[in-house]
Amino acid sequence: MVAIFEKDTDLKSEIRNPQSAIVLKGVSKEFGSGDSKTFALNDVSLELPYGEMILLVGPSGCGKTTLISVVAGLLETSKGEVEVLGQNITKMGGTKKVRFRGDNIGFVFQQYNLLPSLTAQENACIPLLIAGWKRPKALAKAGEVLESVGLGNRMKSFAHELSGGQQQRVAIARALVHEPKLLVCDEPTAALDAHSGRVVMELIKKVAVEKDRAVIVVTHDSRVYDFGDRIVSMSDGKIESIEKKQAVLTHDIRES
Amino acid sequence: MNWVALRMLVGDKTKYLGIVFGVTFAALLMGQQSAIFCGLMRNTTSQIRDVEGADIWVMDPSVQFVDDVKPMNSNKLLRVRGVEGVAWAVKLYKGIGRAKLADGNFQQVILLGLDYDSKDADGRVVGQPRDERILEGDWRELSRPNTVFLDDFGWRYIFGDVPYERGKTMEINDTRAEIVGLVKCNPTFQTFPIMYTQYKQALAFSPPEPKQLTFILVKAQDGVAPEQLCKTIEEKTELKAKTNDQFFWMTIAYYMERTGIPINFGITVLLGFIVGCAIAGQTFYLFTIENLKQFGCLKAMGVSNLRIVGMVMLQALIVGFIGYGLGIGGAALFGIVFGKLVTTAPPAYYFGWQILAISGAAVLIIITVSAAMSLKKVLFLEAGVVFR
Repeated sequence: MVAIFEKDTDLKSEIRNPQSAIVLKGVSKEFGSGDSKTFALNDVSLELPYGEMILLVGPSGCGKTTLISVVAGLLETSKGEVEVLGQNITKMGGTKKVRFRGDNIGFVFQQYNLLPSLTAQENACIPLLIAGWKRPKALAKAGEVLESVGLGNRMKSFAHELSGGQQQRVAIARALVHEPKLLVCDEPTAALDAHSGRVVMELIKKVAVEKDRAVIVVTHDSRVYDFGDRIVSMSDGKIESIEKKQAVLTHDIRES
Repeated sequence: MNWVALRMLVGDKTKYLGIVFGVTFAALLMGQQSAIFCGLMRNTTSQIRDVEGADIWVMDPSVQFVDDVKPMNSNKLLRVRGVEGVAWAVKLYKGIGRAKLADGNFQQVILLGLDYDSKDADGRVVGQPRDERILEGDWRELSRPNTVFLDDFGWRYIFGDVPYERGKTMEINDTRAEIVGLVKCNPTFQTFPIMYTQYKQALAFSPPEPKQLTFILVKAQDGVAPEQLCKTIEEKTELKAKTNDQFFWMTIAYYMERTGIPINFGITVLLGFIVGCAIAGQTFYLFTIENLKQFGCLKAMGVSNLRIVGMVMLQALIVGFIGYGLGIGGAALFGIVFGKLVTTAPPAYYFGWQILAISGAAVLIIITVSAAMSLKKVLFLEAGVVFR
């Protein structure tokens, strides 16, 4: 299967759709000062909708991680405004931002970042504990989510007892257990083999992408481009292009 | 999240036990050495605590501590009795006798001579031990000549495993002495046996000297503050007058200033604190560094810095509590075992609440410093750390 992406020029202009999941307006992020000043993000404006898997691609150092850090409220911008899920997080205070992130954003990390002393079920319930759920209820909910990602029989396993793919599935369950409106995945397949990587991407596509949820996946892996609904390419801190998936062709049709 | 913090802590058993060990070591060393030090210092004041019934000790002005005996003229007693506010004043002899043992060896003994000519309001001889301290014999037998009460450790020191036998005799400075009872006394600094007898009998046991009055024991009248009475006695008689408490601390201060004991023990206690800090601090720091990504992940997922501080402090408090309990428990156990193993001399081991409190405070400092070192890394974590 091959996905065909066509350039979408519409999304780099002024905010048009108030229902956009993510809106960046003239966002810059600089590090250092004087001669050593670098722009990790350079006047980035972007609007990303709900209901899609958005792939953020580009070479190392192009600003992908900085962009998702800014979107997730983990980094302050040097300039510009960031709206996430209808909230201007640039103007949000620290405590409110932390709470917003805990309530609305789920994370899937490259190295899974599961707590080694907790079981799969206990790891998956952490966002609910952060939200103030009581442990039994949180564990029950986490169990349901683990079932949905196909790990119902591995709930009591610790991270070191799981394969890489299974650990990433636990991480996906953890990211979704509190039903966030935005899922941020940073290189979710980088530490996995090709097969496990596809399984994980299929899972994210199947359980994460919903009409009222946005999914951003930062990736180097061109093999997962098939799964994206939109590809945002970056280079040197700027958005180079945004391509929207128009069609998926089978390999046979292309050859013919 | 407290539960998550605890699971993170005990999940890495090696580090967890390392931190607990560091704190245990510190608490054990600080507690044990402090207990030995306090025990030794308390032993220097044992006669002050053993001689009961009086409020004030009056002595020669140059006396610096309780064993620093500087005899006075006998007429000083009358002068003290004449001071306004004094209910009564009696003589006390305190000196060192030389006892001849059965094997021909000599052993120094502490002689306490009580004034049998004066009795307190309860009809007891001033300085006479409370009834519960009298282990064998009848105190009234001391009214007979050449009779003494010996302390229980003194009996074991002199006679070994021989069971107590009323009427056993020995020579003190070539004068026959008959042991008519056993009394429980506070251990002394020199570990000498202690003998109670009448004042005049104590003089008979001692070599003749022109001045033999060592101390005057004074009771204040009702409504008269002993501290104020001390000042009055000093003004009127030019002698030194100290309350029991003041004399207690004066004696301890002498040993603290004039001997190397506090420095030596102080160094050991300080080393225990420093080593504990180093082990616990280092291990806790490593534990946090190794969990940095996990902490970063938790921060990304919405755990606030305040909550992270709470988690790390909880981890520190738990290991501190366990380490403190094990360490202090070990120190207390040491005292018990030490007391049972050493039977010829009472152990110099005082485990007061002050040692528990100070050791506890020291442990709290250790874990707070350890946690603070770790927290600095966690609180100022770059967001990008979790994305690597």
